[in-house]
Amino acid sequence: MSGSRITLRKPPLFPLYEVYGAKVIDFGGWALPVHFSSILEEHHAVRTGVGLFDVSHMGEILVEGRDAESYVNYLVTNDVTKLNVDQAQYTAMCYPDGGTVDDILVYKLEKEKFLLVVNAANINKDFNWMKLYIEDHVKVTNISDSIAQLAIQGPKAERVLQKLTHFNLSNIRYFGFAQQVNIAGVNIAIVSRTGYTGEDGFELYLDTEKAEALWLKIVEAGAEDGLKLCGLGARDTLRLEARLPLYGQELSNRITPLEAGIGFAVKMNKESDFLGKEVLIKQKKQGIHRKIVGIELTGRGIPRHGYKVFSQDGDEIGVVTSGTQSPTLKKSIGLALLDKDYSEIETRIKVEIRNKKIEAIVVKSPFYKKV
Amino acid sequence: MTVDLSNLRFSQEHEWVLKIGENQVRVGISDYAQKQLGDIVFIEYPEVDTHVRANETMGTIESVKAVSELYSPVSGKIISVNTELEDTPEMINENPYKLGWLVDVELSNIDELESLMNEEEYLAFINEGVE
Repeated sequence: MSGSRITLRKPPLFPLYEVYGAKVIDFGGWALPVHFSSILEEHHAVRTGVGLFDVSHMGEILVEGRDAESYVNYLVTNDVTKLNVDQAQYTAMCYPDGGTVDDILVYKLEKEKFLLVVNAANINKDFNWMKLYIEDHVKVTNISDSIAQLAIQGPKAERVLQKLTHFNLSNIRYFGFAQQVNIAGVNIAIVSRTGYTGEDGFELYLDTEKAEALWLKIVEAGAEDGLKLCGLGARDTLRLEARLPLYGQELSNRITPLEAGIGFAVKMNKESDFLGKEVLIKQKKQGIHRKIVGIELTGRGIPRHGYKVFSQDGDEIGVVTSGTQSPTLKKSIGLALLDKDYSEIETRIKVEIRNKKIEAIVVKSPFYKKV
Repeated sequence: MTVDLSNLRFSQEHEWVLKIGENQVRVGISDYAQKQLGDIVFIEYPEVDTHVRANETMGTIESVKAVSELYSPVSGKIISVNTELEDTPEMINENPYKLGWLVDVELSNIDELESLMNEEEYLAFINEGVE
């Protein structure tokens, strides 16, 4: 509870956090709201109603020019040639050794123009990495500071947002988007049906200066549907129940996308070469030695990032990457990077919590899937 | 919730202490502490009959987001723990000064109570910390 004197970066909506009673903490150098009311309330609001997140700290990197598509396709593991304009794709960006630089969303804005949405903590790393591989006829710009991002999530997200626009939001399919949409009189560069919660919802990218006006309009429009302002705490429990990886936990420079269980975003057979391909193909052929699995504690306790995992025989077999008390399931759940010999569903394992080994079991994940 | 805090003593680790017998106290965490922690979902307290020492850790309290140590504000023997909290740890958020109590302790040194803060001192202590 002691305060630090380090200057934190403040996102554009920071002044509103205080007005709305957020508890602000240090998230990787950013002053971000961990919750507004309570993590549990916010979590349940998104599962059953609607919640609004400010995720303007996320980074945006614009790639454009004659060879933009082939350039991006070389950097990422998924196949961006499969994208139509106004479609987005989840992908990893890998090092040549298969470790992960970042997991990102690629938006195809035009034939040779892409927006890459990257994790806040990785903005400079990613941008520098991308510049290393720059080609003629490709321009890469870090526009993170001029773009704000709001996420409206939950089964009532569309209904609330639709009140503010004449644009028919039901035309936007999952991982599709629309550009230059007028919402509440504010021009929104991108409205995509995407999110990080396991629920239906939209992510809105717009000019930083317009973010406050839009936020206020959405709060007003959502009032009768019980819209809750949500912080990063609920975002984390929501994404964990939906088994969406978090960079720095399930993914890192030492964890490949195959080990993290996002093999669906690695297209070994795409036409172009890509960074990490050789290692990833080999890993796929020979089989991975460890993988991210879902776990549930059967004994008392809550698994947390960094806790060691043991076999019933007492061998150390891996580590917890994320864990919490699931607000939806009311169980202690987590993700763990385990030796693959122990990765089968129903394998009994132990998690070490404060020098005690607590019984746990490997379970199917996602823990939660929307109906 | 209005609670009369005038009978309570507070530690710098945000525990409260209430005298419940000649040599016995009840211990919990303050309203300020529960607000700082957020939704409490798990509590691990010392076993009955174990000995605890003032300002040393006696258990763990976990919110959705974080794990925090639970410090004993006094020295003595645990004579009772609030087992209700195993199933309803949220009681600490909802009612930190009554139903959300944590443990009862038989004091080994009653003079320790003198070093704890009264309500007024504690409120001043919190305000200092905030600035």
